[in-house]
Amino acid sequence: MLRPMLKLRGLSLIAFSALALLQSPAAHAELTIEITGAGANRIPVAIADFGGEPGTSRALTSVVRSDLERSGLFQLIDAGGAAITESSSPAYGDWKSKGADAMAAGSVGAVGNGRQEARFRLYDTNKQTTLAGAAFVASTPMLRMAGHRIADVIYEKLIGEPGVFSTRIAYVVKTGTNRYELHIADADGQNAQAALKSREPIISPTWSPDGGRLAYVSFENKKPVVYVHSLASGQRIVVANFKGSNSAPAWAPDGRKLALVLSKDGGSQIFTVNADGSGVQRLTTTSGISTEPFFSPDGQSIYFTSDRGGSPQIYRIGVNGGDAQRVSFEGSYNVSPRISPDGKTMAFISRRESGFRLAVMDLASKQVQILTDSNKDESPTFAPNGRMILIATEIGGRGVLSAVSIDGRIKQRLSISAGDVREPAWGPFTK
Amino acid sequence: MKQLIIPALLALLIAGCTSTPDAPEQGGAPVESRSDGSSVATVTAGGLDGQKLPPELTDPKSILSKRSVYFDYDKYDVKAEYKDLVTAHSKFLANNRQFKMLVQGNADDRGSREYNLALGQKRADAVKKMLTLLGAREEQVESVSLGEEKPKNEGQNEAAWTENRRGDMLYNGEF
Repeated sequence: MLRPMLKLRGLSLIAFSALALLQSPAAHAELTIEITGAGANRIPVAIADFGGEPGTSRALTSVVRSDLERSGLFQLIDAGGAAITESSSPAYGDWKSKGADAMAAGSVGAVGNGRQEARFRLYDTNKQTTLAGAAFVASTPMLRMAGHRIADVIYEKLIGEPGVFSTRIAYVVKTGTNRYELHIADADGQNAQAALKSREPIISPTWSPDGGRLAYVSFENKKPVVYVHSLASGQRIVVANFKGSNSAPAWAPDGRKLALVLSKDGGSQIFTVNADGSGVQRLTTTSGISTEPFFSPDGQSIYFTSDRGGSPQIYRIGVNGGDAQRVSFEGSYNVSPRISPDGKTMAFISRRESGFRLAVMDLASKQVQILTDSNKDESPTFAPNGRMILIATEIGGRGVLSAVSIDGRIKQRLSISAGDVREPAWGPFTK
Repeated sequence: MKQLIIPALLALLIAGCTSTPDAPEQGGAPVESRSDGSSVATVTAGGLDGQKLPPELTDPKSILSKRSVYFDYDKYDVKAEYKDLVTAHSKFLANNRQFKMLVQGNADDRGSREYNLALGQKRADAVKKMLTLLGAREEQVESVSLGEEKPKNEGQNEAAWTENRRGDMLYNGEF
């Protein structure tokens, strides 16, 4: 009952997160994650049942296993079922003969004040060495987070780049005709909490670089207004509520400024503003539409969508203005540019044949690759390690989220049975 | 906290029901600050208690009861067939300076939400421009966009999309 249900169906693997024991009592409308594609060369790894109180440790190891499984980069080797702690020396030969290149063991135990400490070690079964070891302390209801941290360490050691299992995502849930909720959840869709509930639409959420605030557009005043919302306190600041429409916020990498779109001077033009709403400065001046600004990771340029050339295409402009350069050329509709954290790749939405599809462009070579065959992809957002892109799409008339690896091989689907999920935003690394 | 807020809200609601203040014609009534500490100043946001609209705006036989201008796909120019309608509203605004109008632009749901928001804004701006050219004052009309967020028709076909590419002209109290 505590283990994720794993079902093999052809080449695809479906993993439902059924970790009922560790769900927070307030959580509702959880996202269900379905893996619909996996990487070609998955690393075989065994996660032994950790030592400690059996229920707690099994729940913890379930989190680690489902994180690794969901990433599409690991093949989980059956670890048997006997608890193995980090202090016993591993039987390297046995694990190697089971096919595991790496093996993790650990334990979890109470350390007082309602807190638990999770300890683990990761071993290389070929070289017969310890690859990593760490301990994480968490309050009992937050034990899932310790599991995500352990999975992050394993991921980083074996893949060579940081894991994102302990990061958070934001998205909007629409139920019925006029219930909109902005949710914050763990990257695996668990522990969902509503940051904002409204009877009017909420769009374009985006995380501050420090992960503490979200900027978004709310229609609660019957028109689009940009807010910055501090998640811990619930305090909201109106950043832009000028005459006309206020929309499309994007954080500068230093977290001090936002780029956004205002129609106060006529048309939709890109402006920059301080995070408290002061210091509004106009950046673009064209007769057509300029919208969807997104800062390059070095903070020096802003990518955006404009129809100045007759059809919506992606352009780039310096943060202090100047001439805009066209970036997208193939096709008649290229929108929603987002730049990868390393600045090398641009994710965007391109209309191809009849559908709006997720595409990536290598910014150096300008090479474009279409990553999906769906029809209504929207709102791409990069994982902070740049490996996956989360998008909104539609399946069977319902809004769902889909995570796609930048090579297009790995795909996961996140849905809620009760409503439409849309407008995803992947949060930054957490300390 | 909740226990404190709910009676306060009830008190506000009751106060709102029992008194019929002479509502100022136009919004922005200043909020009084009182010194006794126990009273609560009520701020009315938006057009909650809108004035009654005159029959010429609501009578189905009057052209002014029609409020919608429809647009072509990815276009934001007001088509010739809507000129009489926009002209009629422009004249009404010119003759009734106490009235204000919100023009809400809308888009069908294909493509990017933010691009569609900008498209809806272009449509609302086009209606506003025509209204002001024909006699309405700049400060009487605000143009905003709802993008693809408030579709009139939820369908996924050409008929629904046509209905959703729209600018709506709303008077005080209607939005």
